[in-house]
Amino acid sequence: MSPLSLEITLGVLKIFSFVVPVLVSVALLVYLERKVLGAIQLRKGPNVVGPFGILQSFADVLKLLTKENLLPSSSNKFLFIFAPMLTLILSLIAWAVIPISSTYVISNLNIGILYLFAVSSFGVYGVIIAGWASNSKYPFLGALRSAAQMISYEVSIGFVIITVLICVGSLNLTDIVESQKNIWFAIPLFPMFIVFIISALAETNRLPFDLPEDEATLVAGFFTEYSSISFGLFFLAEYANMIMMSSLTVILFLGGWYPPIDIFPLNVIPGIIWFVLKVFLILFVFLWVRATFPRYRYDQLMRLGWKIFLPLTLVWVVLTSAFLFYFEMLPK
Amino acid sequence: MTVLLKYIKSFTLFELAKGLKLTISYFFKPKVTLNYPNQKGPISPRFRGEHALRRYPNGEERCIACKLCEAVCPAQAITIEAEPKPDGSRRTSRYDIDMTKCIYCGLCEEACPVDAIVEGPNFEYATETREELLYDKEKLLRNGDIWEKQISENLKQDSKYR
Repeated sequence: MSPLSLEITLGVLKIFSFVVPVLVSVALLVYLERKVLGAIQLRKGPNVVGPFGILQSFADVLKLLTKENLLPSSSNKFLFIFAPMLTLILSLIAWAVIPISSTYVISNLNIGILYLFAVSSFGVYGVIIAGWASNSKYPFLGALRSAAQMISYEVSIGFVIITVLICVGSLNLTDIVESQKNIWFAIPLFPMFIVFIISALAETNRLPFDLPEDEATLVAGFFTEYSSISFGLFFLAEYANMIMMSSLTVILFLGGWYPPIDIFPLNVIPGIIWFVLKVFLILFVFLWVRATFPRYRYDQLMRLGWKIFLPLTLVWVVLTSAFLFYFEMLPK
Repeated sequence: MTVLLKYIKSFTLFELAKGLKLTISYFFKPKVTLNYPNQKGPISPRFRGEHALRRYPNGEERCIACKLCEAVCPAQAITIEAEPKPDGSRRTSRYDIDMTKCIYCGLCEEACPVDAIVEGPNFEYATETREELLYDKEKLLRNGDIWEKQISENLKQDSKYR
């Protein structure tokens, strides 16, 4: 095999080694969500398909695949089919820069965090295209809400990320994790950590901020008209995004692949396991929050984003940089 | 001061933390789900389920075709035709219950002077077609034969309240 084709093959294998676990963890996450919600509501959740019902999501996928894919007659056919693909592709390509361990990352970009930010902002397009192409009122309103919501919360997420970047001095995700070897940023930057988790909930359209798919007012929001596997793609993308946002939280605040304390029994466990554990911990918080809080009203959502989070994060950026500057702790 | 306290409360997410604490306490509580087809909930002896026509221990039909159940039935789900048997006794030649009309009020059971028509403990008789729910005498007697043990037990348990 020539060096080039070998490199390509290895690259494809590496990509699959990320994409396949992500898709499997999406299936796991859907199962986990139903189990956690069930447990909090004193139910058992799915427990029939496979041991403890663990194969339930695969059965659901099979069901979606065998269903008829309906195309609304008034929709823009090309965009209607294109939107779920775009959404899924965007939620998967973000994984290119996520470092699972100190060496294991598809592409060690030096502007990784900017890339992630760009991709997650781009995700709005899938939603807007879906809402527009459906040519129906509920998806349209859902798409508008989604766009407004994602943009508002990306502002505060941006400031939170800036705070972290000031402390690190690099846009590379691996560097960000490595600078947390001694202390996780969740401790010194605790308020930012909370703001980031709440904004991540809004960014991924999770409860209590799931207004774009608010059943009570918008049927199912931007994917009301979707059926069969095109619906499945949206669903997959949404959960892949959740996992993405929680791994970003882990990378920015919870020290990525580092164990909580660098002592003997903890530091022999491989970094990947720590990473996955932390990601699922954050995901559990997502589900826990979903089971606890009622949905925000739309104006409250906007108020929280623009009038509370934006000033709060802005002040914190100034405070952090002033602190670092005064004590001469700014990274070189 | 109260205003300040309110601000502190809202910025520390105090109420939200309280809510989260409550839900996590439910997370660890024992679950109340019954795994239905494998596990079933308790049923009262008075439970009004699928109908059955009973027999005497010697195999003779209890029903004497008095038609009280037909008369009392508020949904008019019961149709009875009667004729004398060769031995001179009065018996039904037709006893139909339209289960799609029946409202499971239990009045037929109450009206019956010989405890012939009863509503048994069975509630799992969903069918694929509507026609299967138009029960005739044969089907009702067969139900009676299947459920007799439980029906008589239930009637005995409930007899002191009647």
